[in-house]
Amino acid sequence: MKVLKIIAWIALIAFVVIQFFPMDYNQSETLPQTDFMLVNKVPATVEKSLQVSCYDCHSNYTKYPWYNKVQPVAWFLEDHIKEGKAELNFNEWDTYSDRRKNSKLRSIIKQIENGQMPLDSYTLIHRDAILSKEEKEAVLNYMKTLKDDLE
Amino acid sequence: MKMMKQNVMIAGLALVLLSATACKDGNKNEPAAPMSNEMHQESMDDMMDDKPMNEDDEMAMNNGQDAKAEAILTDYFKLKDALVADDNAKAKELGASLATTLGKLDISEYTDTQQSDLKDIVEDAVEHAEHISESDIAHQREHFKVLSKDVTDMVAITGTENTVYQQFCPMYDGGSAWLSTSKDVKNPYYGSKMLTCGKVQKEIN
Repeated sequence: MKVLKIIAWIALIAFVVIQFFPMDYNQSETLPQTDFMLVNKVPATVEKSLQVSCYDCHSNYTKYPWYNKVQPVAWFLEDHIKEGKAELNFNEWDTYSDRRKNSKLRSIIKQIENGQMPLDSYTLIHRDAILSKEEKEAVLNYMKTLKDDLE
Repeated sequence: MKMMKQNVMIAGLALVLLSATACKDGNKNEPAAPMSNEMHQESMDDMMDDKPMNEDDEMAMNNGQDAKAEAILTDYFKLKDALVADDNAKAKELGASLATTLGKLDISEYTDTQQSDLKDIVEDAVEHAEHISESDIAHQREHFKVLSKDVTDMVAITGTENTVYQQFCPMYDGGSAWLSTSKDVKNPYYGSKMLTCGKVQKEIN
């Protein structure tokens, strides 16, 4: 019993203490000129889908719900976002060479088609990020035209 | 009282541990290191600026650079063979070493246009090779397709001393090509499932 009590206390103290650790939020104030939406003529519906379903992890600006600012969830998320941005950052779209854009588009199309993206762990909470059949089709069609234009 | 002391001690310990983790996280926040090939590029430029080269040096460099394009091909062929053999673990290893070799490609001897093309090719190819180093075999093969295109485009610029065959399988992903040192078709996209699907499309060199 004693041991359990001690553990509970430690957990509580630790939980409170970690709330005070500074966090780098992924919320850049500026939108670079190289952003996907700025360099492409993206249809409004597709733009909305991308903003809601992709930009949280694949751009420099994440819309955090309050519970994502609670540790240790925020730490877990931080790594997640870093990884997402390393793979693909829509804000930096135009810094990619045509060859890389082509590769990125290929992966975007593949992963949306296979349902690998948006991630299940993400849509579990962000129900609005789930792409409906129509939204999925619109995004895929648009990405495919972009890819064809590059080839 | 004793209990209290213990509590405080453990809480202190937890704090220390936590700050240690926090520091580690903090370090990870630093901007990622620039691509190794860019760094290499910079140091090459420096070298060029610092001392004009005599002909011997240039010869030596030329040889070195050829060796590096060949080294990329060697690694690529090894990777291809691993995929032919359905060997996921080996392909992972070879993907990682190919990524390293790609980063070392010396492009200083080429024209400006060729240099920028090669830079684009390497940047893209490194990414695919890195993905191959951490994926299951189906995913490795997807990346191998684009990687093969990158390497083919590289060879178009750098050339190669050996005869290379471009082979093509119409069945995989709407038709996919790869390079091989041998005329015999051994399909890296299907491995044992459909080992001989494909044909020689082109002979390079």
